[in-house]
Amino acid sequence: MPDGASNLSIVLIGLNHETAPVEIRERLTFGGDRELPFTLIRKIPLVTEFIFLSTCNRVEVLMTTPNPANAEMEIKKVFTESNGIPLGDFERCLYSYHEEEAVKHLFRVAASLDSMVLGEPQILGQIKDAYRQAADQKTSGVILNRLLHKTFSVAKRVRTETGICSHAVSISFAAVELARKIFADLKGKRAMLIGAGEMAELAAEHLISNGVAEIVVANRTLERAIELAQKFKGRAVSLDEVYDQLSKVDIIISSTGAPGLVIHYDNVKSVMRARKNRPLFLIDIAVPRDIDPRTNEIDNVYLYDIDDLKGIIEMNKAERQKEALRAERIVEEAVIKFKYWLQALDITPIIVSLREKAEQIRLKECRKTLSNMGSLTPEQEKAVHVLTASIVNKMLHDPITYLKGKSSREHKDIYLDFARQIFNLNGEPADTDE
Amino acid sequence: MNVILFKLTLLLYLAATAGYLVYIISQQKPAGRVALGVAIAGFFFHTATIIVRYYEAGYAPVTNLHESLSFFAWALVGSYLYIHLRYKVKNLGAFAAPVAVLSMIASSTLPKKIIALPPVLKSYWLPVHAIVYFLAYGILAVAACAGIMYLIQERQIKKKKFGAFYQRLPSLEVLDAINYRCLTIGFPLLTVGILTGSLWAEQAWGAHWQWDPKETWSLVSWLFYAALLHERLAVGWRGRRAAIMAIIGLGALLFTFLGVSLLLKGLHTYAGWGV
Repeated sequence: MPDGASNLSIVLIGLNHETAPVEIRERLTFGGDRELPFTLIRKIPLVTEFIFLSTCNRVEVLMTTPNPANAEMEIKKVFTESNGIPLGDFERCLYSYHEEEAVKHLFRVAASLDSMVLGEPQILGQIKDAYRQAADQKTSGVILNRLLHKTFSVAKRVRTETGICSHAVSISFAAVELARKIFADLKGKRAMLIGAGEMAELAAEHLISNGVAEIVVANRTLERAIELAQKFKGRAVSLDEVYDQLSKVDIIISSTGAPGLVIHYDNVKSVMRARKNRPLFLIDIAVPRDIDPRTNEIDNVYLYDIDDLKGIIEMNKAERQKEALRAERIVEEAVIKFKYWLQALDITPIIVSLREKAEQIRLKECRKTLSNMGSLTPEQEKAVHVLTASIVNKMLHDPITYLKGKSSREHKDIYLDFARQIFNLNGEPADTDE
Repeated sequence: MNVILFKLTLLLYLAATAGYLVYIISQQKPAGRVALGVAIAGFFFHTATIIVRYYEAGYAPVTNLHESLSFFAWALVGSYLYIHLRYKVKNLGAFAAPVAVLSMIASSTLPKKIIALPPVLKSYWLPVHAIVYFLAYGILAVAACAGIMYLIQERQIKKKKFGAFYQRLPSLEVLDAINYRCLTIGFPLLTVGILTGSLWAEQAWGAHWQWDPKETWSLVSWLFYAALLHERLAVGWRGRRAAIMAIIGLGALLFTFLGVSLLLKGLHTYAGWGV
């Protein structure tokens, strides 16, 4: 890769949540100006193509450059000068990856293998935004365009072929996931929030987005209940009305600050007949607990407290870790394929494969024709070969001279990529995902 | 001819079962789709088997144990396909297909020769009575499969211990809905089966009801399902209890079908292989 006729290196420099504390990361935001880093980095002559990615967990610059060491220095200078932060403060947090390592890092980030919460889905969207911006600003070229498209397809493969995103790792998601294993479909189901805390609110949002028909909010202060109910277009009730609601709702999320139990065993037991035994899913995220743990013993009642949910999350995290190993394999594979493509941007392999392709076609056609012509003398046969070979050589002469002539040009990778496309010379084996 | 078709059906069912097991283990969707396709093909050939045998024998092929087990498997696969396509429920096949295959294997080991029908069976009641009964067996067997799945899944959610089945099995509500659906189809069939049997008995033996073991046991299982349906409708019994009842109910039916014929002798026993 480094000795490709392109002489360009792929370099990724940046920092993330693991290398830099938030005090550093929050100082590298370019004052929130999304244009500024582009304007500044574009002015660095050593940077041929680049993409700038900034999220709350990472700041990274991906670039191609003929001189990695100096280009990195220039990038650091942009970081210090425009953010007003001395290099000494953050230099130790920086990592830089070159060539395959840079490609691999990008793939891993996009596949959410480098995220704080393994498998979280936002990062891919953030990379897509960063790429769109770079494409708009025309700071990405042949190599990065190709690299980013590969990145997106790797991330997609990881998501569909591994379970890295499929196990809930937050309390509210875990609760919704459980609800969907109890109730076939949350459409038409009713949920009640007892206590209007933040976590209850989050869970209610997930329930709504999964189709729950109505949210009933019960709270000690009715104002807050009304406020929250309005947000979810639901109904507010007072705490005394909770027991009437027991026979009507299907999911209860309780998170009051009450010192004792709010829902007792007998409250639930006595409504099951009126409910005709329709399942009741109780989620108790309060500490101390709001719902009598014994309610779980009642048929068709399922009670989960905060520790149960945390247990599920721990289990799911372990599951994601396992899936991450499979994801890493997909990434490795993609890195190797990308390397093939990069190598094929070199001028010599293109000429070689162009000649090989032409020769193969010539031989195949000769064989076909000769076998149809019946008996020819060896001299005649040889003459046919000489004729076809010289046609092929004359045809290829000009394109090859043209390509060789471009080999010292600055943007020769464009010509090379173009040539590969025109002659359909696939540098990478079995690339079918386009 | 019907024997060749029978063997082909058995092979297809074996392949479908293998496919369903691969699917439930690997969770690769293509495996599930292939298994379903093979099961449908198997059902098609099975239907052909029964029709061809009907023409070759000249009577409805539900008289000896070979025919009965095969017909039971046919009704089971048909019921499974209906429920599967209606509820889009995954992995039911991994539970239902093995039962059908077992029944087919048992059937394949028994004498397949077409013999002249005993005079007592020569009646237009034969196809009605027996076929209705086997349809009931088929759909109630699917209810029992859903019941087993329900119990596994319920236990995991209740005990908060999530094993390999948690992701693989559908939600409790769907499994319970299947239980109910099968019951509302199976119970009327069972009722018609008993009534036609009684009418036929009157014609053949001169009495509607003689308390022979087969009759007694079919009444026991009918009462059992009647109780389950009543409780479901009146008190809203559902979930775990309904699932357990569906499994026990199938046990009673199978005893009526096989146990009584093989262990206890009675009026329903013809040439040792009666139904």
